Amino acid sequence: MNENVLEIKDLKTYFYTTDGIVKAVDGINLSVKRGSILGIVGESGCGKSMTAMSILNLVPQPPGKIVSGEILYEGKDILKLKESEMRAIRGAKISMIFQEPMTALNPVFTVGEQIAEALRAHKGMNRREAMDKAAELLSLVNIPSARDRIKDYPHQLSGGMRQRVMIAMAISCSPSIVIADEPTTALDVTVQAQVLDLLKQLMEKMGMSMILITHDLGVIAEAANDVAVMYAGRIVEYTSTEGLFAAPTHPYTEGLLNSIPRFDKKKRERLKAIPGVVPRLLDLPEGCKFYGRCGIAIDRCKKEEPLLKETAKGHLARCWVRERANYLAVKGNG
Amino acid sequence: MTAETKSKAESFILDVQGLKKHFYIPAGLFKKPKAVHAVDGVDLKIEKGSVLSLVGESGCGKSTTGRCILRLLEPTSGRIEFENNNITSITQHELRAYRQRMQIIFQDPYASLNPRMTVGSILEEPLIIHGIGNKAERKERISSILEKVGLEKESTGKYPHEFSGGQRQRIGIARALILNPVLIVADEPISALDVSIQAQIINLLEDLQEEFQLSFFFIAHDLNIVRHFSDRVAVMYLGKIVEMADANELYKRPQHPYTEALLSAILTADVKGKKKRISLEGDIPSPIDLPRGCRFYSRCPKRMKICQEREPEFRETDKGHFVACYLYE
Repeated sequence: MNENVLEIKDLKTYFYTTDGIVKAVDGINLSVKRGSILGIVGESGCGKSMTAMSILNLVPQPPGKIVSGEILYEGKDILKLKESEMRAIRGAKISMIFQEPMTALNPVFTVGEQIAEALRAHKGMNRREAMDKAAELLSLVNIPSARDRIKDYPHQLSGGMRQRVMIAMAISCSPSIVIADEPTTALDVTVQAQVLDLLKQLMEKMGMSMILITHDLGVIAEAANDVAVMYAGRIVEYTSTEGLFAAPTHPYTEGLLNSIPRFDKKKRERLKAIPGVVPRLLDLPEGCKFYGRCGIAIDRCKKEEPLLKETAKGHLARCWVRERANYLAVKGNG
Repeated sequence: MTAETKSKAESFILDVQGLKKHFYIPAGLFKKPKAVHAVDGVDLKIEKGSVLSLVGESGCGKSTTGRCILRLLEPTSGRIEFENNNITSITQHELRAYRQRMQIIFQDPYASLNPRMTVGSILEEPLIIHGIGNKAERKERISSILEKVGLEKESTGKYPHEFSGGQRQRIGIARALILNPVLIVADEPISALDVSIQAQIINLLEDLQEEFQLSFFFIAHDLNIVRHFSDRVAVMYLGKIVEMADANELYKRPQHPYTEALLSAILTADVKGKKKRISLEGDIPSPIDLPRGCRFYSRCPKRMKICQEREPEFRETDKGHFVACYLYE
């Protein structure tokens, strides 16, 4: 069996707007290892959610379009599938947990009915079986008195409970991959950690893999095994979670880490903010997309875009300066 | 700090006693309306030139407290003293004189700026309302404040949609500062912003605080930012403050079981040294049917018999460290 349950190859998802082409995802390569969590971290507009939508073939088209690339699920390119074939995968093999549980749940159906829907569609269960299974799933995600809760409407549940319902729906058909798009962002701090723990437990129990999309490096540190940092539709750094925190290599990653207050020093220090703003996707600069905000940029960065290259073993970064530093270090040693 | 400002710092810019805000919701045609105890007896003081942060989970009454202090909401009961003047029940007309000196920065920089006004007119409006300066002086003041918050002078002719989220929040800050206030209520000013921009705005607020000797009432839920930015921190649960102390003290020696749980839940961007989490059972009770004893009873890992019977008092356990919990009585 292939070590990777999902492989994304040179994926490009563009939006054709009246103002021009928005290259939301512009040539990314990622792989999700079996039984592990791949984190994708980045700020709004970096393309992390569009990557998820592309995997499920849910990009609104038009104006959006997956212009090139392959998404290999168990070795098969699912971008080539017909909509009817894709429907058998979506929700059953690859499912999704959305950020805002209040808008993602239908307010006029009970949570039991909503969980049952996928089971009836994909597993051919009858209503009764599906409702039994729904109750079972709700207790699996630690919702107390699940038998009664399946009759509740979403508004009767708290934010944390709703997110648990979303998780129950996502795992209902025992998928092999769950895509979680900011699963804890809308939740309170005390609930956030609980939901992440729950996700990790369920993955182990059910042997699932996960793509965890977030803007919060704290969430990455807590849950992910590997991590890809995205900026302006590209991956700028890609490595193991330990590797990223031990040796952040791309200046953008460093900047994100430095923006978080630290308390190991006695005196309160100014935060090291990243200057400037994310460039507009409509008119991206020619060279490195981080050029205008980077503290270590050289002339070459302005004209020529760096490639995602190995700067240490298993550690990829898209930066001319760091690539050269690594080259010199290796040459010096050899 | 000079000797004179030091002696001034002894005094409080804001003193709130027993603040309550209840909202009434209809229970039925012939039934008595139900009271939502959003803020249910809050005492707090802010020293001149310092930052008091209020933290707690959504729905605990943080924002309502902030709005009551500015009297953007009318408190149900309690007493608010601003610079030693009781402003609790003065008329809106009398309040106007104080409004100049206390301003608010809102959470959502997309919703809090009028999309049909240019930045220039957004910033000029408060000056006109308060009758400050002539046209030329106002223009001068607007350019100087724009520079202070890190925006170009040319921004005056632009509309809010032409700016990014972080820049819009800078406009919101400029609007709050243009009247030279002494107290700023900042209601989650950075939670709608991207991580790389959050640090920029926090640095800006720190610079402005230093330059204008501002006092802040900072409402937030990002506990890392709160620790970084605050002098004192108050923790709120279900309409009441359960613990208040100096920021370092509170983070190092939390006393209330809720504070402990809250702090243990902070996710740190660090893979080493995972700490033990205190996980709370259940959900926050409804602010309509409050429990009789301690509000935290139903979720408290350290609850005792007495906690269910009577509500604990908010008292000083160490110097400057206040907590409402029977464990410390």
